[in-house]
Amino acid sequence: MSLFDQFIGHLYVFILAAFLGLSVITRVSPMLHTPLMSLTNAISAISVVAAIEIAGKQESTLATILGTTAVALAFANVVGGFMITDRMLKMFKKREPAAAKH
Amino acid sequence: MSMLLTLAEVVEAGTKAGSPDLQQIFSTATYIIAGICFILSLKWLSSPTSARRGNIVGEIGMAAAIIGALLQHNIISYEWIITGLVLGTLIGAPLAIWMPMTAVPQRTAFSHACGALAAALVGTAHFYIAANVGPALDHTTMAILCVEVLLGALTFTGSLMAFGKLQEILPQRPITFKGQNYFNFLILGLALATGVVLSINPSMTMLFPLLLVLAMLFGVLLIIPIGGADMPTVIALLNSYAGMSACLMGFVLHNQLLIIAGALDGASGFVLSIIMCKAMNRSFTNVLFGAFGQLQTTAGGPGEKRTVRSGTPEEAAQIMEAAQSVIIIPGYGMAVAQAQHKVREMFDQLTKRGVDVKFAIHPVAGRMPGHMNVLLAEAEIPYDKLIEMDEINGEFPQCDVALVIGANDVVNPAARHDKNSPIYGMPIIDADRARTVYAIKRSKNPGFAGIENELYYLDKTFMLFGDAKAVVGELARQLTEGGGH
Repeated sequence: MSLFDQFIGHLYVFILAAFLGLSVITRVSPMLHTPLMSLTNAISAISVVAAIEIAGKQESTLATILGTTAVALAFANVVGGFMITDRMLKMFKKREPAAAKH
Repeated sequence: MSMLLTLAEVVEAGTKAGSPDLQQIFSTATYIIAGICFILSLKWLSSPTSARRGNIVGEIGMAAAIIGALLQHNIISYEWIITGLVLGTLIGAPLAIWMPMTAVPQRTAFSHACGALAAALVGTAHFYIAANVGPALDHTTMAILCVEVLLGALTFTGSLMAFGKLQEILPQRPITFKGQNYFNFLILGLALATGVVLSINPSMTMLFPLLLVLAMLFGVLLIIPIGGADMPTVIALLNSYAGMSACLMGFVLHNQLLIIAGALDGASGFVLSIIMCKAMNRSFTNVLFGAFGQLQTTAGGPGEKRTVRSGTPEEAAQIMEAAQSVIIIPGYGMAVAQAQHKVREMFDQLTKRGVDVKFAIHPVAGRMPGHMNVLLAEAEIPYDKLIEMDEINGEFPQCDVALVIGANDVVNPAARHDKNSPIYGMPIIDADRARTVYAIKRSKNPGFAGIENELYYLDKTFMLFGDAKAVVGELARQLTEGGGH
């Protein structure tokens, strides 16, 4: 498969994912827009997989340093993003918490 | 989870048998699982009842992807990866655990900066590996890499600027200078030109740092002229950029999981920024290049001196107590004063007396999309009382008291009829249509955008001047003490 064909393949994936994203996101309740942002932020930290590869394959010192830094930054978003999203979502309650009032 | 374990066992067996292909297949499988998980995750976020499930499935997807990445067979050493993962946890976890909810906008901006920098660094590393170790990159890949690094670097500095403004390290008012837009476009043009030259001739490695510097400079310049009130749009836009740079990285590295996840994030930020723009009746260009929120120096406009009427918390408490329905309109002022828990106390007191209390949420109230909802949810106000602008506006004519807490432009009736007003055409919450209006405001100065608010001069409006937390606290106290009769 030529490089050109590969890019076209990627482009299809991108277009489908983008349209899927648009239709899924427009359904998210505006009430949850802040958690949505922290969740997508955690998801886009998927670049951690690329960073892991660069930090691990040790092609050059520079690349390893850059890769390790990128792993740390992206993983900070993974950990922080999912944790804070959960913390926020836990707060959304429909009715009064009957007994659990500190 | 059990499925993952069995897959892991299969792979272990495969590796023992000396079949490296199986490892690759497993790695790919985890990426596919991750892709599915991310899509489900966002789908389930659509409603508060399934949202936590969405978050969990997102975590599973991410764990699968990371396990898959760790099993790639071109990885020869794990020490630096582990160092990175530990460092990342040390940065991310404490922030997520101890950060107060009022700091959510800052944290979001900060995490966009982290994500974008990570993307830019991966791009940079990829460039130097190709240049020094090989194999050399072709023109197309090089061009995409340049755009990826440009987007990553500008989002990094741009998000830092947004962080600075939200944290109030930087002035919230727009920082402007003459010919600013031309200068900005010149910098962007230079950065793009550098990228073009690099794509045509990837061996000119000394141009790469120039590209990085120009992109970072552009990121700073892009955000400093944008005022604090426009932050919801800006944060959403930066969210989109961060996603797009991860997506482009997928094109460069031929990793379709990156493309999917990046596209989802890009789409999310894009949708949010459009919603924010619509909620202000402004265009992208106007938000980005309009330097909105500068002091309006249209002197001599409303020449006649108008006076507002001040009310006291005692009266306000009595009137709300006697009301059938109260609609509270929260704004950035409530967040700044951290008044949400006092609001909750007042809410409790009123509900106890059978008053119907609801909250009217404007899409751009606060400093990021959904900001008010999160704060009120933190104070344990049931989310079915938080009503969106379009749904609640019809209820105001029947509403006895509209209580504005630290909101300003989103309740300014001038947006409806005053064609000269900078906010003309912006959809607003119809607080002025309630029978009585109480507005809590820190000072008599006009709001952030420097626009006089007609609502305050209406006959039925009473102002409660003071810090939102103190005033609401006083209201709650009055209600509690008057509870005897």
